[in-house]
Amino acid sequence: MTEVNNNLKSTPLLNEHVKLGAVMVPFGGWNMPVQYTNVIDEHLATRTKVGIFDICHMGEFLVSGENSEEFLQRLVTNDISRLEIKQACYNCLCNENGTVIDDLFVYKLEEKEFFVVVNASTIEKDFNWFVKHEIGNVELKNLSENIGKIDLQGPYAESTMQKLTDFDLAKIKRFRCEKIIVNGIDEQILISRTGYTGEDGFELYFSPKNAVLMWNMLLKAGEEFGIKPCGLGARDTLRVEACYSLYGHEINESLTPIEAGLGFVVKFNKDFIGKKVLLAQKNNGPEKKLICFEMTEKCVPREQYPIIAGNNQVGFVTSGTFSPTFKKGIGMGYIKSELSNIGGEISILIRGKEYKGVVVERPFYKYKGGK
Amino acid sequence: MHYIGKIPDGVMYTKEHEWVKIENAQGIIGITDYAQHALTDVVFVELPQVGKKAEQFKPLCVIESVKSVSDIFAPMSGSVVEVNNNLSDNPEHVNQNPYGNGWIVKIKISNESEVKNLMKAEEYKNYLEGLKH
Repeated sequence: MTEVNNNLKSTPLLNEHVKLGAVMVPFGGWNMPVQYTNVIDEHLATRTKVGIFDICHMGEFLVSGENSEEFLQRLVTNDISRLEIKQACYNCLCNENGTVIDDLFVYKLEEKEFFVVVNASTIEKDFNWFVKHEIGNVELKNLSENIGKIDLQGPYAESTMQKLTDFDLAKIKRFRCEKIIVNGIDEQILISRTGYTGEDGFELYFSPKNAVLMWNMLLKAGEEFGIKPCGLGARDTLRVEACYSLYGHEINESLTPIEAGLGFVVKFNKDFIGKKVLLAQKNNGPEKKLICFEMTEKCVPREQYPIIAGNNQVGFVTSGTFSPTFKKGIGMGYIKSELSNIGGEISILIRGKEYKGVVVERPFYKYKGGK
Repeated sequence: MHYIGKIPDGVMYTKEHEWVKIENAQGIIGITDYAQHALTDVVFVELPQVGKKAEQFKPLCVIESVKSVSDIFAPMSGSVVEVNNNLSDNPEHVNQNPYGNGWIVKIKISNESEVKNLMKAEEYKNYLEGLKH
């Protein structure tokens, strides 16, 4: 089933994926593994053991200089002035009209140095937006080509990683990062206790030349804990259970973070692009809201299926899947705000037939921390 | 060599990877081992209503894995007389035992001569080996 598409960009781990028998698919201009064995096994390995993910396709920028904080504060929605050194936070990058250009993580590495992690498909768009809003005494570097990234996620992520470093990983708390030495790797790597699965775990940043070594060392170290390489398929089902937004689905340039239920990363105690619209929307209440729903009838809701209430279409699904953890159909979608109450009954229209579901609290799967 | 899977004798095969076992003018229908392996984790089978008309090589019902939605095509024409209701609670039977308790529907065959459009085990094996992947 392994087929390589030469028109796409490949990560340094391509050959490892092929060797592992991965099914490769195009994703955001990249040739990426969607699964190695099957999505459910990989998903459950991450929930109960440890999963390893090739995330080399994502983008990274370095923002430094005297005005770096002031510059970023104006672009992103969260309040990065509250970050301590070695702390990170989730953000939206918004247009003047409050809609989302991208979602990104900002790490404060030093007093005047920030590391920004962006989606693969939006690297160029984001960097152009950064350059366009430069204010002087800010240095912008697009490091995307020069950084490899692997995510290690699951209750045994720390036990796996700890075998490769003398640094006491328990000292890295959630949303914190460190530069550490990994035995056998000829550089310091950046490690953060963050992720996109709803599990405890780490994201690792390093030179692409070390990607293959890093990947295979982690697979070997995790063997005793039942590690599995996981593709984009499991990454998607894991993040849907955790109710994390995926750019291009729950958020895009026609949706705002307020509508998307991301008000907690929009801080109005500061000035930023899009603030005026978002503040008005927060005060007046948005017309539509993102909901989480689960199906009470057997079916699999999927993106773009209509959401029905009282014989009318009242919204649409943005992400939907069979949940490997809860063994039922779950999803997220936009619905008229007045219908977004928890417990509200909805239906999803699938191939002309309505299947019953109910609006539930987010997330489906709650972060429990490490083991 | 890509996965070929089990290809039992005594059933007939389609190019879309369904099988049909013909007995007493009835046909039991399922998907092949190759097909279940390609789909991987089957999580939902949208079973047709009993009485639904089946037309050879036209969509009969739908099977879903975590990542995909696929049509199952009728290997022969007829009408649905029974569906495998166990699949609503155990869709994984399609993966575990595609020629056994992972069967999907039973039809009353309306035109037995359509069997000439189907492949025997050996022919299906050659067909699979000729596929790119």
